[in-house]
Order: sequence, then structure tokens, then C-alpha cells
Amino acid sequence: MTALLKRELAIAFRAGGGALTGVLFFLAVVVVFPFAVGPDMNLLARIGPAILWIGALLASLLGLDRLFAQDREDGSLDLIVMQPHLLPLTIAIKCLAHWLATGLPLILATPLFGIMLNVEPVGTGAVMLTLLVGTPAITLIGAVGAAVTVTLPRGGLLIAILVLPLVIPVLVFGITATNGAIYDPDPFTAPFLILCALTLFSGVLGPLAAAAMLRHSAD
Amino acid sequence: MDETRTDQPADRLSLIGEKLSVRRGERMIVCDVSFRLNAGDALVITGENGSGKSTLLRAVAGLLPLAAGRVIVAGPGAEDCEVRELIYYLGHQNGMKGALTVRENLDFWQAFCGNPWMDVEDALEQVNLLHAIDLPFSYLSAGMKRRASIAKLLVSEKPVWVVDEPTAALDAASSDMFRGICQEFCSMGGILVAATHLPLGIDGAQSLRLETLSGGYDDDLAEAAAEGELLTPEADA
Amino acid sequence: MTRQSAEISQPAGFWAWLASLANPTRFMGIADRVIPWLAALSVALLVAGLYMCFTAPEDYQQGATVLIMFIHVPAAWLAMMCYSVMSISALGTLVWRHPLSDVSLRAAAPIGAAFTFISLVTGSLWGKPMWGTYWVWDARLTSVLVLFIIYLGIMALARAIEEPAQAAKSLAVITLVGFVNIPIIKFSVDWWNTLHQPASVSRFGRPAMDAAFLYPLLVMALAYTLIFFTLHLMNMRSEILKRRIRVMKLKAAEGVR
Repeated sequence: MTALLKRELAIAFRAGGGALTGVLFFLAVVVVFPFAVGPDMNLLARIGPAILWIGALLASLLGLDRLFAQDREDGSLDLIVMQPHLLPLTIAIKCLAHWLATGLPLILATPLFGIMLNVEPVGTGAVMLTLLVGTPAITLIGAVGAAVTVTLPRGGLLIAILVLPLVIPVLVFGITATNGAIYDPDPFTAPFLILCALTLFSGVLGPLAAAAMLRHSAD
Repeated sequence: MDETRTDQPADRLSLIGEKLSVRRGERMIVCDVSFRLNAGDALVITGENGSGKSTLLRAVAGLLPLAAGRVIVAGPGAEDCEVRELIYYLGHQNGMKGALTVRENLDFWQAFCGNPWMDVEDALEQVNLLHAIDLPFSYLSAGMKRRASIAKLLVSEKPVWVVDEPTAALDAASSDMFRGICQEFCSMGGILVAATHLPLGIDGAQSLRLETLSGGYDDDLAEAAAEGELLTPEADA
Repeated sequence: MTRQSAEISQPAGFWAWLASLANPTRFMGIADRVIPWLAALSVALLVAGLYMCFTAPEDYQQGATVLIMFIHVPAAWLAMMCYSVMSISALGTLVWRHPLSDVSLRAAAPIGAAFTFISLVTGSLWGKPMWGTYWVWDARLTSVLVLFIIYLGIMALARAIEEPAQAAKSLAVITLVGFVNIPIIKFSVDWWNTLHQPASVSRFGRPAMDAAFLYPLLVMALAYTLIFFTLHLMNMRSEILKRRIRVMKLKAAEGVR
């Protein structure tokens, strides 16, 4: 299993891997927003956390279609599925690698983008914390979408359509918790704990559903 | 389990296919195929394009559901695992990552499949590819890629090999080399199932010829068609 | 000894009957006989329900707009019930491998989307006079909108995968995963209160409903349910015909008679 993690990370960070594309996309989304709503720093400060979350959400969805499709194209998926490992565990490891390669860089880039959007330090911290807890859920739920569309030649857009409605709770509670940290009367702990619960829940459901899908999706 | 496999790929296993039928979509591709292979046996499946060779192999490997029949691996050490776990499947694709070097690819498969057999260097030596060990896989030619994935069979030990068109991209010398590897594998008690349209020339191999099935559509629908029901207006009422 | 096999288990009783439906020809026969009766019954109930609605007294707060509720509430119920039917069908595909469950799932999706759409539209028509706006990003509305998107996503996936057998499993998995949204819709009104400001808009204000409103509502709900089953059966029938046509085309392409 460590071998799998090492391999996935090596592929992601080698030339042709998509690790940093996500961060660039994140940057693009963040840059586009001030053009759309106008460079009003107060307004940006207020909606900044939401922009950061939306950017991170879209960037996380970006590379999901490659999660299994790449392995399927070169035949690795057949061998991976056949080995005597627990398939949900294998998928969870793949998700972990995918998250380390695409999700974590987004979180590390957040402080920089927070400054650009005039989000106060507490807010940036809260966004980073909620993203740290929330983005794994996006990857894990996305794994189901990736498994379902693995046989389709261009499944990327369809994954976004299928997965977006399912990750809306993650977005809602992520933003609620962030706002709870910034604005005093709103609670932070309750939505944050629900966010944790969502991630744990999808950590079980996602790999199980994706495994059920992959087990016989081969053709 | 490991003790029984130290020098021989699984002692006295046998691979049995009983009346296998495989359906793809609405139609039957393989119908009622049976075979029995004991340790050391090889089965070469031939047939024209579209006769269902690959389909049958994938079904034996557990990658496609069987419409009827069953695949059994009988023997010591096979009681408590799935058939697919005992099989090394090499399909049309090589299952290697172009961004990684040959060594990284083979290291990964050795670690992930378990039961290490040969060293990566030794395995590459066998296929005359030792010089390319640190090259990215994508730099290799088609024939070299195929040889590297044959080396993949050697790094990790499985009692059954299921190989689909193993020699497709290989030249004559490399095909001879592959035949040698297969014969050695069988002489050690391994079971080989290969689909090919080029003769493989393995001594004492059983052979199985698949014929293209015409028709063979889903039973219900075929029945309905036989009754003419598909075309009668009542069906639309 | 280790094996992988495909054996057909022999179920009994109700399951045997359900399994016997696996034969499309038999199913088509039953559907042909049942559909006219179901259709007639649902039309009768719909007429009766509408009559009861229009003769119901006007609500002292909502006035005539309460009539919208008689259309809206059953549609919302059906939107959720339809998804539940699809989820059971998905289980049927994955667990029992019943061939018709996939047909049922596919056939239900557009109907569910239609009911969801009706409930969203009637809801906003009601919201304009009552809340002063067509749309609020309230938890209930949002989660129903999400349900609508899920329906559309499932329909898009069904269209994207050409081969029915392959699509069946994908659809089943995504349907089951999407089922988590149903309890969210159901309890959104209760849950969100605890987190957010108290819901300023709770649509199913829970004062015990007056019988004058309750009975028309229940009759309408029954009528909607029957309409659903009628449409569902009809759609399943055409789905089976579609597959037969597909097989015929495949055969034609191959030159098999």
C-alpha cells in the first residue's frame, strides 16, 4: 500500500502530472472574481472566504476524472483490482495520494490568495482549517463519480455534474464554519464538527461505493 | 501458503473452467467453453478477430462477470482466496506508467502484488532489457514495452498466468525468448493460458479454438424474436 | 477450493413472483393489462381531488393561494418517493441483479425530475405572494433544487453510456450515493434551525391541519401516487421496447436474421 502511495505521488509530481495545474486553476478563479464584482476591497474581504472555498472546490473537481481513467487506459486498473488487497482500501489510498497532490497545494496557496482578496488573517486561518478538513471529502465523494464515469472517454464534465450536488453540504458547512470564526455571534464549533463528520462519512461511503463500481465495471 | 511456493509457483494447483459463457451487453460472446489445466499445463486459445478470445480471458481472470459456468482453482493454498488473486493477467495494455522508469514500475508491481519472485534486475535480464532499467517507460519502443511487461510477470509470483496476445509487438527473437520463459514457468508447475493469433509454439500445450458466434443475443430477447413478437403490432400496444 | 461462478439462485414465494417478472415478455403482458386501470383510477382521483380542493374554504391567512399547496405538497412528496423507488431499484440492480430494476430506475428518473420541477415552480409561485419573493436560499428549497440537479445528472449519465448493461451499475451506484440527499431534504427544516437564525420561513408550519384542507390534500397525494405508477409502468414498457429495438439494430448491423 505504501508502494501505491509512492507510485501515485511520483506520477502526480513528475512531468505531465497534474499536481500544480489545480493551484494555477485556483489562482485563475480567484483572479477572475475581483473583475466580476469590482475591486472593492471591503466587499472582497466580506466574500473572500467564499471565493477561496469555491475556487478550491472547483480546483479539486478538476483532476478527478483522471483518478481511475488513467489507470484504466494503460491497463493498470485490471491488475490493481485483481490483487488480494481490500479494494476500498486501495481506493482510499489512491484518494489520499490524489488529495496530497492536488488538495494540499491548494491549502498551502490559500494564505497568498487570502492576502490578494483582503481577507483578514483569522479568516484565512479559518479557511485553511476548513479546507484541510473539507477537501478530502470532495476527493472521496469525487472518487464515486470517477468510478462511475471511468468507462466514458470524456467523463470530466459529467463527474462535475454528478459530484457537485453531493458536495454542496461540504461547501455549506465549510463556509458556515469559516464565517463563524470571523463574525462573533455565529458558532464555529458546531458546523466545523459537522464538516468533520461529513469527511469521515464520505471516507467510508466513497471508497465502498467506488469499489462496488470498479469491481465489475471492467469491460 | 508461502512455504508451498518457495521454489515452485504453487504446487499441484489446477485451473478448471466449466461451461463458461460470457455476455457482453446484449449478446453472448463466449458460449459453453470448458477446459481443465493441471499444474504445468498450458492452454493456447486461438480464433479469428472478434471470436471472443480476450473476453474469455478477462472472464477467467474475474474481470468480466460470467453469464454461466464457473472458474475454479483447486489445490493447496487456494481454499481461501478468490480466483483472481492467483492470476497474473497481462492484457493488451501493458499496465505501466510512462512517467515512471522501468525500475519504478516493476518495483511498484512487485510490492503491490506481493509474493516477490525474481529481482527486478534479474527479471529484466531475462527479457534483455537491463540496459533500459532507469529509462522512463514512455521512452521505450513498442516491443521493449511489451518485454518490460513480460518482466512484470517475473517479479511477482502467481501460480496462473493469463496472457492476451503476449507476442503481438515482439520480433522473432523476442518471441523465442518469451516461449522459453513460458516453458520454464510451466516446467515449474505454473499454469499458462494464452490467447494468440500468432503461433506460440509451446511444447505440449493444449489448444482451444473459439468460433465467432453469430446471433447469440440475450435469451429473453432472442426468444421474443423467435416468436416473432418483436415485430408484431401487439408488442407496441 | 476457490471459485467464481454465476449460478441462478431459486427464490420462493413473493420473490419467485418478482423473479418471474424478469421475463420482459411477461412483464409487458402484465403492464398492458394494468396500465389502463391505473390510468383511469388516477384520472378519477385527480378529478375528485381537484373538486375537493376548489370547494375547500379559503385559508384565513393565505387566501386563495392555499390552493397552490394542493398541487405543490403532493408533488414534493412524490419527488422524494420517486427517488426512493429509484434507490430500491438500484439495490435491485446491485444486490438481487433483477434485470427489470435497471429499467425501473431509468424509467423513474425523468418522472421524478418532472415532479421536482413542479414542486419547485409551484413553490415559487406560492412564495411570491406569501414571502414577497420567488426564490429564497432556504435549506428546504436548496436541498430540493439539489435533488433536481441529481435527477438531471442521473439522466445525463444514462444517456452518456450507450450500452444498457454497463450503464446499469453506474446508475445504481450514483443513485444510492445521491440518496443521502433525501433525509437532508426531509429534515432540513428542523436541522438548519439549530445552526442558523431560526427559520423565518418554515413551509410546513406544523399547526395541526384542518380536516377541510387535509382530506383534499390526501386525495391529491393518492392521485399523484397513482399517476406516478401509471407513468412509471408506461415508461418501463417503452424502455423495454427501446432495448428490443437496439438489439434488432445490432442484429441488423451484423446481418443475423
